[in-house]
Amino acid sequence: MTDLAAHLVDIRERVLGWANSLRQPRATPIVPPGNVAGRALTTVIAIMTFLASLTVGGVSLVSETAGRWQNDISEEITVQVKPAEGLDMLVALETVRQIAIETPGVVGASIMDEASTGRLLEPWLGEGVDLDELPVPRLVIIGIDSDDPPDFAALGEELRRQVPQSELDDHRAWVSRLVAMARSMVLAGSFVLALVLIATILTVVFATRGAMSGNRQIVEVLHFVGARAGFIASEFQRHFLRLGLIGAATGGVLAMMVFALIGSWTDSNRATPEADQISALFGSFSIGWFGYAGVVGLIVTVATLTALTSRWTVTRHLAEIDMISPVEG
Amino acid sequence: MHRREMAKVFRHCRVVSMGRTEIGPLVERERGSGLIRFENVGLRYDMGPEVLRDLTFEIRRQSFQFLTGPSGAGKTSLLRMLFLALKPTRGLITVLGRDVATLTRRDLPSIRRRIGVVFQDFRLLDHMTTYENVALPLRVRGKEEATYRQDVVDLIKWVGLGERINALPVVLSGGEKQRAAIARALIDQPDILLADEPTGNVDAPLARRLLRLFLELNRSGTAVVIATHDLGLMDQVEARRLVLSDGRLTIYD
Repeated sequence: MTDLAAHLVDIRERVLGWANSLRQPRATPIVPPGNVAGRALTTVIAIMTFLASLTVGGVSLVSETAGRWQNDISEEITVQVKPAEGLDMLVALETVRQIAIETPGVVGASIMDEASTGRLLEPWLGEGVDLDELPVPRLVIIGIDSDDPPDFAALGEELRRQVPQSELDDHRAWVSRLVAMARSMVLAGSFVLALVLIATILTVVFATRGAMSGNRQIVEVLHFVGARAGFIASEFQRHFLRLGLIGAATGGVLAMMVFALIGSWTDSNRATPEADQISALFGSFSIGWFGYAGVVGLIVTVATLTALTSRWTVTRHLAEIDMISPVEG
Repeated sequence: MHRREMAKVFRHCRVVSMGRTEIGPLVERERGSGLIRFENVGLRYDMGPEVLRDLTFEIRRQSFQFLTGPSGAGKTSLLRMLFLALKPTRGLITVLGRDVATLTRRDLPSIRRRIGVVFQDFRLLDHMTTYENVALPLRVRGKEEATYRQDVVDLIKWVGLGERINALPVVLSGGEKQRAAIARALIDQPDILLADEPTGNVDAPLARRLLRLFLELNRSGTAVVIATHDLGLMDQVEARRLVLSDGRLTIYD
């Protein structure tokens, strides 16, 4: 009963204290608002959140890009028709296209025209090559329904029966390699992210404890003037939550700006070789909603961690100075 | 300040802090009874020898006493036990009728609010003005400033800091800090005031002034324990002396 009464008094005082703090916005805060340790903590939190946000964004980008590669390739297969004596290439290509388009699970088929084929071979053969004079294979690109793909073996068999010079390439070897590579990249990125997050957590915890050590006297004074542990812990928790939010938001927003700037640069320089190379790898270089949500989650986590560490430190310090038995202590 | 004015300040504070209907009966019922009682109390740190041995004494309501002894005799340890910051390794301590061995952490703040403490190093919060430091015990209880503002101002004037009410501790002299610390210890109208070397950082005239302040406070009903090794200070008052020596306590009533 005594415990319950004390608990109710504790709650009442917290509510009154909170209400008073709302009513008296100009009252000096119990925890000093700005000092060197506080500013250093905010800076450390901003830097660590920035690095962690870059990692979150990077992993998100790699994951999305790898997924996109996999989807693009699994939605497309090609049929190669090799030149041969007496083969009418155009007729053969049209036959392949017709067979493909009539096969269930195929959503479209198109013959790669000479200009496109020329561009594809440009790195090896140079510009202005007349393909008719060279025994160059031609391609038919077949779009497939990735949810209900065709029977590749049957399709390949039918193509070989009607056009013996054709060869179906369903990219499965490529896909399996790319999937493996994508998974490895995401796994490695996740590992790096885990390390960065652990480093962030440890840095934030120790920096908060360092900043708290300068406030030990305030904790003791509040304690010995009769403040309840919950009141003291709440005061520090509120103060450090604010510091954590400022630092984490600064780092997180800066990281998001970096991604937005690079994205905007690649968008506005699509014609240049550098941007083309980046676009080839990462598309629009956008980290997507998942990446932004991850950064926001990181900001909230870091700020919460800072507040909880300060609360834990206060509680621990109070336990050290409160009714300690010298033998136990 | 005259006793009448001081009594007015404290009568006002007491009504504000404890509720008008409780005061009369409570004071009458407990007048003269023991506030703090030690029975065969011993204290040791870790596995070392006992630094305090077989302490048996009582701090009674409205009493005034000095706690003295040579350096290292254990005055600060005893004070820490008196304001519930340290548990004894043996013996029984009763504070305001409660056995401290049975107290939970949740019980401590309400009991501690009835014990005012003046630390030797003042322990004022540097970012707060004199007014805010003195009002701190009431603020942490969640009281509205309007209900205590005048009491705090009156008390600050009573300790002679009326002109320094908005000053930060960094610009206060040692004596002013000490008086601010005393005011903070008194604002919640404690039953007992514990002062650790309150004149240790001030000159002789100010020490006498502080002593008068403690005596006036005592006359208004608060029990006072002053830990000091200043013989000159003690000689100015005929008061009970608790003398610690070699870990044992001798009482001169």
